[in-house]
Amino acid sequence: MTRVVSVVLVVTFAACGPGASASPDEAATAAVDRPPERFGFGRPAEAAQIAAWDIDVRPDGQGLPPGQGSVSEGEEVYLRRCAQCHGPTGAEVPSLRLVGTQPWEDFPANRAVGNYWPYATTLYDYVVRAMPQDAPGSLTADETYAVIAYVLHRNEIVPADAVMDATTLPAVRMPARDRFVPDDRTGGPTIR
Amino acid sequence: MSEHEIPRQRAIPRRAWLATTTGVIAASVVKTRFDAVDLLAQEPASPDPTKVMGRLVSELGTRSPAEQPRRILRALEPSSSSRTPIAALHGIITPSDLHFERHHAGVPEIDPQRYELLIHGMVERPMVFGLADLKRYPSVSRIHFLECSGNGGGAYSPNRIQTEVTPQQMDGLLSTSEWTGVPMATLLREVGVRPGATWVIAEGGDAALMNRSIPIEKAMDDALIAYGQNGEAIRPEQGYPARVFLPGWEGNTSVKWVRRLELTDQPVMSREETSNYTDPLKGGIARQFSFVMDAKSVITFPTYPYALPDRGWWEIQGVAWTGRGRITRVEISTDRGRSWVPAALQEPVLPLATVRFRHLWNWDGRETILMSRATDETGYVQPTVQQFVEARGERTSYHSNHIRAWKVATTGEVTYGLGDVL
Repeated sequence: MTRVVSVVLVVTFAACGPGASASPDEAATAAVDRPPERFGFGRPAEAAQIAAWDIDVRPDGQGLPPGQGSVSEGEEVYLRRCAQCHGPTGAEVPSLRLVGTQPWEDFPANRAVGNYWPYATTLYDYVVRAMPQDAPGSLTADETYAVIAYVLHRNEIVPADAVMDATTLPAVRMPARDRFVPDDRTGGPTIR
Repeated sequence: MSEHEIPRQRAIPRRAWLATTTGVIAASVVKTRFDAVDLLAQEPASPDPTKVMGRLVSELGTRSPAEQPRRILRALEPSSSSRTPIAALHGIITPSDLHFERHHAGVPEIDPQRYELLIHGMVERPMVFGLADLKRYPSVSRIHFLECSGNGGGAYSPNRIQTEVTPQQMDGLLSTSEWTGVPMATLLREVGVRPGATWVIAEGGDAALMNRSIPIEKAMDDALIAYGQNGEAIRPEQGYPARVFLPGWEGNTSVKWVRRLELTDQPVMSREETSNYTDPLKGGIARQFSFVMDAKSVITFPTYPYALPDRGWWEIQGVAWTGRGRITRVEISTDRGRSWVPAALQEPVLPLATVRFRHLWNWDGRETILMSRATDETGYVQPTVQQFVEARGERTSYHSNHIRAWKVATTGEVTYGLGDVL
């Protein structure tokens, strides 16, 4: 008797076509696999790849490599690798301005390292990944430290005899350091 | 020139532009910016398409020769941003080839077979994922807007406000797509986030190795590693083969061509989150990590360079969006802001997505100014330009979401009219 009923049901479903669904009771008994916390896809990262790709430089100096560079060495690097875009002294191209100590009242036109960048380490993090634009990442660590020393000096932040390295660079106190505040917008009726 | 300044656009003779939109083609006199007009000006294959067999099927569709919308580039070359023709679109989805662009070192060519995403730092198991690995995870598809925080930065200037400017030129760093990918939270569970990790530093595989620090709360909430856009693979300009996508946040944080996520206990303080994409305010301070895009609406019709050919019924149209959930209300003023009436919101009204609004307007032929004003589910109301400048001062141009204004002259000519409501 049961078998006969089943056959009738199958025929009915077939007539309904592929859009027909099982009865609620049948759906309830269908097994659903619970997704795992981990799927096991991907593969372990090799230390060599992490070392090659991890180029971050943080405000506390984490990530800075060995090496050093002076202001005078940096001027040579700057003129050879940077001046063609940023101008002879770094103050000539408004959209690529590196050197500037003008007050904030002149913003947004005059933002530069000297009056707006809050961390000196950002110069390293940025140069090593993106500069010079025609050959990104091509400067040596010494050249990078040197050109940063030069730019900081041009901005009147370090003296002419300064040498930048993994210890001195994070210790540079930038003029704009305390000007940055966290976002205080929260939605709601207040315009901030 | 930075990305928030208004790019120049080739002059569009108003009469010619109108002719193309109404289908009236006068080939001998029309001279416009669009290639379409040149194509339309050619003799059609047959004057009566019902009397000649049409083109057969093809492997890849193309637009009608008469419909050739284009992104507009910045004035300076080489340009690093292009803008979506928001006034030329219908609905809320931006065709992928018209999605705005903003690159920091061009579009990289990445071999999907060699693509790898490295996740490391404060994790239990540093891991590498190929594209096939990412696609094997449970996927989600969601419709979200993406807006560059520099969008609309030229809408207000204390010195000079342009009048002959299109919505595309002013606010075209805005696009909406259906994004498909794996939740970042799924991948972070796979590698095991260590206690104390509070930030995820995302880095792109472009020639800028562009990096941004993302709070872990966002990473665990609705962040995606996206590989799909509008039903196909993400376009190279949008981050092929995979990108970060952070719904509702300023576009730069959705790092394209992502190749590395590093879990840390501090932000990296990258250039793009210190000297760039921060907002100088009044009082000599600057807002940092201003991630969320506040509610905003823009009218896309009628706007420059359109001219209303006659008085009577016109449908004012536009889009509204917010990075804080859903748009709940868009209001229209057709009388310089003296009175406001609710516009119709076109379904679907999705969270963190553009919504289209419409308002039927019976123009009496007199000069006036049209404005739109959005409200979101937090009760935030899109500010006037006066409220905006009062809150932020005039030193910042990012996150420009104040109310725009369009002036309709007695001739029907429409121009950007913010200068008339200051």
